[in-house]
Amino acid sequence: MKKLSLVLALVLALSACVFPASAEEVVNIYNWYDYMDESIFEDFYKETGIKVNCMYFTTNEDMMVQVRVSPGAYDVVFPSEYCVERMINEGLLAEINMDNVPNAKNISSWLMNPDYDPENKYSIPFMWGTVGILYDTTKVDEPVDSWGILWDEKYANNIFMLDSIRDTMGLTLKYLGYSMNTRDPLQLKEATDKLVEQKPLVKAYQVDETKDKMVNGEAALAVVWSGDALYAMDLNENLAYSVPNEGSNVWVDAVVIPATAKNKENAEKFIDFLCRPDIAQRNCEYIWYSSPNAAAIELMGEDYTENLAINPTQDIIDRCEWFQDIPENYMTVYNALWSQVKNAK
Amino acid sequence: MNNLQVPAWGIWVMLAGLMVFIVLLVVYFKRNHGLKRPIFASPYTLWMVVFTIVPCLLIGYYAFTDINGAFTLDNFKNFWDSNYDMNKELIAMGFNPADMGFSRGTVNVDTLVYSLWMAFLCTVICLILGYPAAHIMADREFKLGPTLVILFVIPMWMNFLLRTIAWMSLLEDNGLINSLLEWLGFGKVQLMYNSGAVLLGMVYNYLPFMVFPIYNVLNKMDYKLSEAAMDLGCDKWKTFYKVTLPLSLPGVVSGITMVFMPAVTTFFIPRMLGGGNTEMFGDLIERTFLTANNWNVGSALSMIMMVLILLSLGLLRKVDPEGEGGSMI
Repeated sequence: MKKLSLVLALVLALSACVFPASAEEVVNIYNWYDYMDESIFEDFYKETGIKVNCMYFTTNEDMMVQVRVSPGAYDVVFPSEYCVERMINEGLLAEINMDNVPNAKNISSWLMNPDYDPENKYSIPFMWGTVGILYDTTKVDEPVDSWGILWDEKYANNIFMLDSIRDTMGLTLKYLGYSMNTRDPLQLKEATDKLVEQKPLVKAYQVDETKDKMVNGEAALAVVWSGDALYAMDLNENLAYSVPNEGSNVWVDAVVIPATAKNKENAEKFIDFLCRPDIAQRNCEYIWYSSPNAAAIELMGEDYTENLAINPTQDIIDRCEWFQDIPENYMTVYNALWSQVKNAK
Repeated sequence: MNNLQVPAWGIWVMLAGLMVFIVLLVVYFKRNHGLKRPIFASPYTLWMVVFTIVPCLLIGYYAFTDINGAFTLDNFKNFWDSNYDMNKELIAMGFNPADMGFSRGTVNVDTLVYSLWMAFLCTVICLILGYPAAHIMADREFKLGPTLVILFVIPMWMNFLLRTIAWMSLLEDNGLINSLLEWLGFGKVQLMYNSGAVLLGMVYNYLPFMVFPIYNVLNKMDYKLSEAAMDLGCDKWKTFYKVTLPLSLPGVVSGITMVFMPAVTTFFIPRMLGGGNTEMFGDLIERTFLTANNWNVGSALSMIMMVLILLSLGLLRKVDPEGEGGSMI
């Protein structure tokens, strides 16, 4: 009987943790790992009395599953642009009441009203970046201004490609002069043949390993996301980053409110807080991705504006494209073609 | 508790389950005044049903249905022709795949053949390296035997992902081995990003699965048998191939199976050490599930893999009906 009472005591102790007895105002945010300066939560609590609970995900796909299966669990979520489009289509998102988010006016105008959410009814950009070439200046003398350098036999066995279908097919399509969002199978076929032709020159197809290997000087050229490029350049001064002239991909991670959110008003307060210039600056300086917040960029000054990797010229941006969500039947084509690339001899 | 990913009711259900189990145990003890087998087997049986049998049935279900849940054999056609689904979509879009230069895609079949070949090489190398090692470790005269056993076991306590990543920092172009070569005045050699490095990673990871079954059998073998053979005039070599080798065969067969099975299904190692330049069947299945998000074709590929493994298990049962060799792991 003693043991039974011990078990009961344990149950009671646990239940105390699971159901906190307070009626405190909270906002439950669901973010990427290490994607925000979390000391801002403290400031938010001081100013509004709302406590921030933070949960984390590692991929967009994981996040979407969680938002679908646990309604009400999250008030603020940070999906990438193509997922915003998909979540809107699936009815997973609530419209944001812009009257409660006056600081949204700080967002750079070119990032507003994007294809994935034409009137910004559901989302506000949080961070953005590009895809480009990270190169080792001790191994590459010529200017890196075209994707074509990835097909140059001089760099045989000295190239890292992204092991990511949309990015790698996309840059090849750009190199061939097509749209990254093309729906023409003939253009996709052409891109596939081009990648198969490139394969003997490629050292490895990888994603997360690339940045550290570039720091160690393992290859001359690597296709990377701008955030990874800045990380690597910080650790190795011989590295440089370039977005080729043919244009590339601009990606955005946005802030959204799930349709099932329990604390929608708190969520809007938090989103407004994120759009405030000083807070946007702190987040940007913490993760060092490109900020969508024009007022914050003004605060950061030359450190930010002079850095072409984090702050590409409007000219470069104009040549870039957003990714659109691709329908299932085209994804089947993409996957079969990518399989051919990955297993070409 | 902020990061708790389990819903609150989940905790209650788990606790309730635990309580029921404890109560059942107490009741059972009071009635029987002693240990009886079936109730202690029940957690394991439940585990088996939930985590082995149900997933297998699910794989079977997905393999034979399409995305709408209707019966189909298309997923297996996709194994034979990796362009099958694509060509179907292209035709639906109004294109003629043949005009575009798409015919049967051999990617999946080629990958399976490549995986079988790599697994075969891995098994042969493990056998060549592992048998003498096991023989030495089981030798009664050799005092360091038990130490060697421990040295073989310790790395297995570490996660295999970590061990594979450790190999990366050894083999890289600017890794430890190449730095040493450079310091000694030799040129750099590219050790990584090829099939050889993948094979090395596989042999390294699976070698203990060859050594221990053989060691186990040799260790339990009655050494008086070889002494008798010597007394009757056999020299060392003859004793080995007339007595020791035949008696150790169950261990060898068990070792071969235990290396071959995981080797065929290898994934991650080709991506890390091979630079993702050539996929193995495990990578293909992973990509079909996670990247292509196609559970139906992924399940069909898994089923083909499982049938291969079942066949090799059946073979093992024929040669080693007692399952002696595998008892250590």
